[in-house]
Amino acid sequence: DIDDLGHKYHLELVLEDVLDKDSTVNCTAEVLYHLGNKNIAPDVQFTIEGELKNTDEADNIFYSRIKSLEKELVAENIPDSHGNVPPEMEPIHLLAWVASGYVIWQNSTENTKLQLGQIKHVKQMKRSDEYLEFDYLILLHDMVSQEIIPWHMTVLWHPQRGVQVTQ
Amino acid sequence: LPQIYDFMDLLVAENPNLVSKLEIGRSTENRPLYVLKFSRGGTNRPAIWIDTGIHSREWVTQASGVWFARKIVLDHENDEGLSSILDEMDIFLEIVTNPDGFAYTQSQNRMWRKTRSKRSGSLCVGVDPNRNWDAGFGGSGSSSSSCSDTYHGPYANSEPEVKAIVDFVNNHGNIKAFISIHSYSQLLLYPYGYTSTPVPDQAELHELSGRAVAALSSLYGTKFQYGSIYKTIYPASGSTVDWTYNQGIKYSFTFELRDTGRYGFLLPAKQIIPTAEETWLALKVIMEHARDHPY
Repeated sequence: DIDDLGHKYHLELVLEDVLDKDSTVNCTAEVLYHLGNKNIAPDVQFTIEGELKNTDEADNIFYSRIKSLEKELVAENIPDSHGNVPPEMEPIHLLAWVASGYVIWQNSTENTKLQLGQIKHVKQMKRSDEYLEFDYLILLHDMVSQEIIPWHMTVLWHPQRGVQVTQ
Repeated sequence: LPQIYDFMDLLVAENPNLVSKLEIGRSTENRPLYVLKFSRGGTNRPAIWIDTGIHSREWVTQASGVWFARKIVLDHENDEGLSSILDEMDIFLEIVTNPDGFAYTQSQNRMWRKTRSKRSGSLCVGVDPNRNWDAGFGGSGSSSSSCSDTYHGPYANSEPEVKAIVDFVNNHGNIKAFISIHSYSQLLLYPYGYTSTPVPDQAELHELSGRAVAALSSLYGTKFQYGSIYKTIYPASGSTVDWTYNQGIKYSFTFELRDTGRYGFLLPAKQIIPTAEETWLALKVIMEHARDHPY
């Protein structure tokens, strides 16, 4: 408890690569939930011990593939009702995970536990610059209230420049 | 749903000396509520109850229920543990505990959780069947808004799906273990959810949970946490196993199966059998304990 400020949590955690269970890295973090105003995202400070895997090759392959599509990408229900994700949609799925992580952080309180439930709809938007832009409609699941929360997010991505999310 | 009904009928037809099908009531939309009874005879033997699919979007649970039914039939003679359980006890299995919700997840909304009851004066449809039981009904951890996914309903047992089980349990009078299966989060939970006060049997239930979880993990390394509902997941009032415990059914447990959020409710089909296999090991630990500790 930090008077007049909020609640601070000190965490020691292990990050595990979703695509490679044996690849882990230790992490320490401090999270401060602000008192009162629920519209401010919690403050997060973290340190990673070691390095995250280099993903340049996979990133560039995905980037080239999307750039060379004749028509803008459109897809629905990822995963589908039975948990299937077509292999060519896996990077779109992973990008949604990353972007929804930002949305979840911005909207978390001590009384929420949000997860990405499903991508209902994704549409690639044409851009004149080098970025890829995807318009996502996602479903978030809050474990505490058990509610399914639809959310619209616009995601920009470039292999060297990373991810940007507008909610 | 029709495929599951056909499966049940086939199981009964092929194993009439072991399996029978009971109809314990009807859902809001008039679908039958079927329970499979696995019994070697006797009259009103002490029994174990297992239900899956009370929350319709938790598809790995109904699928696991189907697998459990088949497993009992395949193993009941050659598996010592199961055989000795059935020598003394009956097993009741309700695979599709919320059929209206299940049908709705197939046709309209994959993420539907509740029943499909409609009431004049209510803005939205459906009641959370795991908040509708008469144990701390209406308390914190449930919602009084009909649009909420944890809406407790206008009064306890308002949902026919819940009332049917209440009536069954009361009429049977000899149920010794009651296990309600959900997903996701990988947890094994015991009462209470409506209060932080521990149950009198806390120590025994905690020890038993530890052994059940160890058995589950032994197969594929799947990690489960365990503890009371209130402390381990969140406060929840009007939940199934709080009511069953208060009726005197000591071994009352709720499972939350795979996974921990990567796929959540949309667990890939290839994980169904491993999930059912590992869960079955935990169920056997609980059932064997109930067999060995009559009360």
